[in-house]
Amino acid sequence: MAFTFAAFCYMLALLLTAALIFFAIWHIIAFDELKTDYKNPIDQCNTLNPTVEKLVLPEYLIHVFFCVMFLCAAEWLTLGLNMPLLAYHVWRYTSRPVMSGPGLYDPTTIMNADVLAYCQKEGWCKLAFYLLSFFYYLYGYVISTISTGMLSLPPLLLPSIRVCYLYLLSFCLYGYESNN
Amino acid sequence: MSAPGFTSLKTSLGHSLNSTPNGGAAPPYQNGPGGQTYPSTYPLTGYYGAGPQQQGNPTIPGQCAPAPPKAPITNNDHSAYCHQQPLQPTAAPTVAPSAYGATQGSHPPSLPYGTPTTLPTSATPPNPQHAPSFQQPAPYAQPGAYYGQQQYPTSQTQHHPQQPNLVLAPPTSPGAPLYPIVSYPSVPGSSQYGTLRSSQAPTGPAAVPNLMGAPLHQYAPGNDTSHPASTAAVPPGYSMAPPGQPATVNGQGNADPVLQHYDQSHQAPMTHDHYRGGVKHNTGGADRDMPPLGIPSTSVNSSPGHQQGGDSSSTTTGSASPVPNSYDSLEGGSYPEFSNPPSADMPNQPVYQQRPVSRTDSSPSHGGYNQTGYQHLPQPFPNMSQLSAALGGLSGVPELEVEALRPVNLLQERNLLPHQPLDAPEPNLSADLKKANCSPDTFRCTLTNIPQTQALLNKARLPLGLLLHPFRDLAQLPVITSNTIVRCRSCRTYINPFVSFLDQRRWKCNLCYRVNDVPDEFMYNPVTRSYGEPHKRPEVQNSTVEFIASSDYMLRPPQPAVYLFVLDVSHNAVEGGYLNVFCHTLLENLDKMPGDTRTRVGFITFNSTIHFYNLHESLSQPQMLVVSDIDDIFIPTHDSLLVNLKESRVLVRVLLTSLHSMFSQTRETHSALGPALQAAYKLTSPTGGRVSVFQTQLPTLGPGLLQSREDPNQRSSTKGVQHLGPATDFYKKLALDCSGQQIGVDLFLLSSQYSDLASLACMSKFSAGSIFYYPSLHHVHNPAQLDKFQKDLERYLTRKIGFEAVMRIRCTKGLSIHTFHGNFFVRSTDLLSLANINPDSGFAVQMSIEESLADTSLACFQSALLYTSSKGKRRIRVHTLCLPVVSQLSDVYAGADVQAITCLLANMAIDRSISSSLSDARDALVNAVVDSLSAYKNTVSNIQQSGLIAPAALCLFPLYVLALLKQKALRMGTSTKLDERVFAMCEFKSQPLQQIMHAVHPDLYRLDTMSDQGALHLNDCIVPQPHLLHLTAEKLTREGAFLMDCGSVFYLWIGKCCNDVFIRDVLGCPNHASIPPSMTQIPELETPLSERLRALLAWLQDSRPFSSTLHVVKDDATAKTSFFQHLVEDRSESALSYYEFLLHIQQQMSK
Repeated sequence: MAFTFAAFCYMLALLLTAALIFFAIWHIIAFDELKTDYKNPIDQCNTLNPTVEKLVLPEYLIHVFFCVMFLCAAEWLTLGLNMPLLAYHVWRYTSRPVMSGPGLYDPTTIMNADVLAYCQKEGWCKLAFYLLSFFYYLYGYVISTISTGMLSLPPLLLPSIRVCYLYLLSFCLYGYESNN
Repeated sequence: MSAPGFTSLKTSLGHSLNSTPNGGAAPPYQNGPGGQTYPSTYPLTGYYGAGPQQQGNPTIPGQCAPAPPKAPITNNDHSAYCHQQPLQPTAAPTVAPSAYGATQGSHPPSLPYGTPTTLPTSATPPNPQHAPSFQQPAPYAQPGAYYGQQQYPTSQTQHHPQQPNLVLAPPTSPGAPLYPIVSYPSVPGSSQYGTLRSSQAPTGPAAVPNLMGAPLHQYAPGNDTSHPASTAAVPPGYSMAPPGQPATVNGQGNADPVLQHYDQSHQAPMTHDHYRGGVKHNTGGADRDMPPLGIPSTSVNSSPGHQQGGDSSSTTTGSASPVPNSYDSLEGGSYPEFSNPPSADMPNQPVYQQRPVSRTDSSPSHGGYNQTGYQHLPQPFPNMSQLSAALGGLSGVPELEVEALRPVNLLQERNLLPHQPLDAPEPNLSADLKKANCSPDTFRCTLTNIPQTQALLNKARLPLGLLLHPFRDLAQLPVITSNTIVRCRSCRTYINPFVSFLDQRRWKCNLCYRVNDVPDEFMYNPVTRSYGEPHKRPEVQNSTVEFIASSDYMLRPPQPAVYLFVLDVSHNAVEGGYLNVFCHTLLENLDKMPGDTRTRVGFITFNSTIHFYNLHESLSQPQMLVVSDIDDIFIPTHDSLLVNLKESRVLVRVLLTSLHSMFSQTRETHSALGPALQAAYKLTSPTGGRVSVFQTQLPTLGPGLLQSREDPNQRSSTKGVQHLGPATDFYKKLALDCSGQQIGVDLFLLSSQYSDLASLACMSKFSAGSIFYYPSLHHVHNPAQLDKFQKDLERYLTRKIGFEAVMRIRCTKGLSIHTFHGNFFVRSTDLLSLANINPDSGFAVQMSIEESLADTSLACFQSALLYTSSKGKRRIRVHTLCLPVVSQLSDVYAGADVQAITCLLANMAIDRSISSSLSDARDALVNAVVDSLSAYKNTVSNIQQSGLIAPAALCLFPLYVLALLKQKALRMGTSTKLDERVFAMCEFKSQPLQQIMHAVHPDLYRLDTMSDQGALHLNDCIVPQPHLLHLTAEKLTREGAFLMDCGSVFYLWIGKCCNDVFIRDVLGCPNHASIPPSMTQIPELETPLSERLRALLAWLQDSRPFSSTLHVVKDDATAKTSFFQHLVEDRSESALSYYEFLLHIQQQMSK
């Protein structure tokens, strides 16, 4: 048994979480720009930066997807840790403003300082959550591979860990810069 | 305002200016917008040249003459137009490119502009000093003529040099026609302009009434605010010119900067004007004649100065003041018909009179001069220092503060209301600043003492925010035309009275504290006609000014006025009779709608299909095109559905007269509003404009259809109200699309059944439109409502309008904008996009303090509204408000403006009730009172007495909040139709403060005992000023007659035992029993009592844009309930009385 389903889930989650971290950073930057951008208000005229809007649903779907995977793999602890965010996403989407298409943000209220601040805070919290879960999945991946009897590290592991750490580093730096 | 973005541009300008200090103006500026080609050969210098240099070379004088005419222009649009052209040339060619780039960034559509830059390449700044430029009058003139003729025929009047006297008139006259807008209620507020006062005061009796707020009488309704100003300005200039001197005088004028001789000074300015104007081209041959006349106008910029103009007149001396008035009235009166040449004569008279006067007065020279307005004139520098000193330090007004902080035990004091309607508290500023500050009717802050830190603000538990009425009709407004609009290079703030001048060449921004250079052009003051006194410029003397903007402020050529009417012609609509009234009213006001020769109109009608009307001028009959494919709407023909009003007037008239009969037999009951709106959007999107939608029922077909969501059984529920938000985002999306295309959508809802206003209102809310609601409008069943509809419609059609507008609010570093309230789309954190702006809409802004303001003693707010006038001019209206910063909590309370706080809270509560729930919002309101009072009790007040203590400044706060809770928008437990509730909410969000306060807490007066004591004397009528009464049935007596002023409605309540004499004298009925049950008019009787009452009603009415209806309420009539529901201090079936409310608050506080 080289590779259990659980290990596969963890690996997949690892990769997807990296993508989610991207999304979260994007989210933060977009709102930061919205708040401080005086350069080109016209571009933002009618709709919030559409990329952010478009990322909302994929983000939710990806998260739901690996939650389901963990459910199938019977990783109860991991699933439990993800449940709050899942619930939050469901709540967030059901309480969105009246809208005919998909989407979360109402261009008419997004400039309200409270809403803007909320969205930014949301972005930071999610970023933190995804970062933590990234490490957790890494850990889970290692554990599940090892516990299945593979004493030696699988060939994929080391490079992937290295890559992940590189990613992390760059995210952190990027995030820091954008915050300034 | 687009403005902010531009920094790069401006800076470039600034730089250029610097580089060529003397030359002045010429080099830096480019041609404007027009893209009109100036012959490059043309010596730019000529235009400008004279200005600054002249000072240098006294000798030059004679030659300068050519320039003059431009001044008059400023006010009128036409004139303005002319101006611009000239101005444009002024813009330095070199600069231009950069400017463009800049503009693009900031302005959204940065379109076409770039092209116009066809400037005279000859950027080289002519030496100012070279007289030669001046000398060449001929070339000069030509261009002027050229422009004038071709483009603006109207402007020609200005050109006519021949009658110097007349000159003045012409500018005004043309202007008048241009601004068709009818009613400018002269607002009492006008008095607030300090300058005005000074000028007027001397005038004596005549002037007085105006000040009093009677202005209406004098300013004919028609006045454009701007006009008056301009007019005012002109006359002074005019008057200034020594009567005897022929045109030639100008030449001499160049001379002295120093202003040693009075005469010279006069002249000097003139020359300057030329300079400025650079513009003068217009005059062409006229030059000679013009100078005397023209000059003033030229100065133009001065025109702007209206007030200043007034001032300048004042400089000439008080006597001058009458002139402006007469002017105003002339202009005001001027409807299009009135307009042109004839008007010219009118003005003359006043002018003449004045002249002598002014002369004599002025002759005393500076001394007299100084006294009136500009005391420091002779010594600019001292002034500056004084100014800055004034800025730095506040002169305390301890008495006021003490009074405002006097603790009041609310449970014991029964009579809290002042005798007269409450005024806005005066900020605690030095007299100079106070005088310069913005009128509270226009710009108001909830805390007139700004707390230093957010922590302090939180401690006070009061909301910090602004209430704005930016496009208000003004009786006096300085309009400034100049080549450069002086703005801070980093934050783009417009120069204003609260900046400090470090020395003659530098000023310090009061918002970001950056030190900026004073452009050369700014050194000359058109009002005093002196050089080297930038701090005397109208921009620096008035906190409300309007600039004529150059092409830098345009993203595309200014749009024409476009009006599209979308009319519901279903059975329901026709049967209610609105269509008839609409057609009649529009027919009557067709020529009074603001616009120029480019004005376009169009009509769409709809029931289950959409009908378009081809009104092409070549047709003999309007052609109706029916589109029945409502799911995929298209425009049947593109060229003739929106037609030029001037060309197709006949067809429009035919259509309007026949429209009603066309649909009188309709059986169609469906309404395809959504598709009709889509069609309207498609039709107007190339130009932008205003779409007026008349809807009488729930839309039932096509996209945007709605279902009834109201459950009549829940109308008086105490559990909360559902469906306050929209059911679909169709209308919101449409509004956003419209907003993007500069289309404003105004909604008239004329329906007796539920029509889901909560959804429909979105179309106006986000496109900066206005919403009108006439429940139960019916020509038979409810003629009073129909009458109101007609009057409102008349005002609506003829009121001023601004297109493709943006408004930016800037504030001192450290303050930031939290939330906006009103009808608009928020484009950026401090920028509102307003497709249309009208004089009746107000805005509220919540502020927060992000950084400590400890290092400054003054906080300033500036709102800049950039819009395209109905004449196709780009204009910027700037208001600046200055308030002191305090570090003590007690000072914060002392400066609380309870009315503004109430309005802001109302706005916040409405947001809350939509986003959360109505009961939440109500709780929040009560908590606002509890929190602020307990914070006051715990921190400031050291009196350990029981009872409910409030500072005097806030003693009405609980009362107002209680009144808010009993409003239709926020009440619970009383049966309220959903649409009416939603409409009330919309009103709160979009009305200016005065209207909101009238609705929240009506004024109640007792009429049968009123005396002439304290009455106002306006013109020849006496307006009694009865005392305000508390809104409780206790104050009503059966022997009395009471007037309740609810803003849009007057109730005249006649007690059962009311004196028969009163009833007979006022109502023309022998006794109480014979008063008809639904009386909506007061007969015009000759009795003194009737006259007084009518004068009072007229006076109350004057200050508001929409006419109020009057209801005579007999004590026993069923209409009583509508009257008694306004008695907010009494207990109602579901709400507390005032005393109970106080006890409730006390209880909450002790928790």
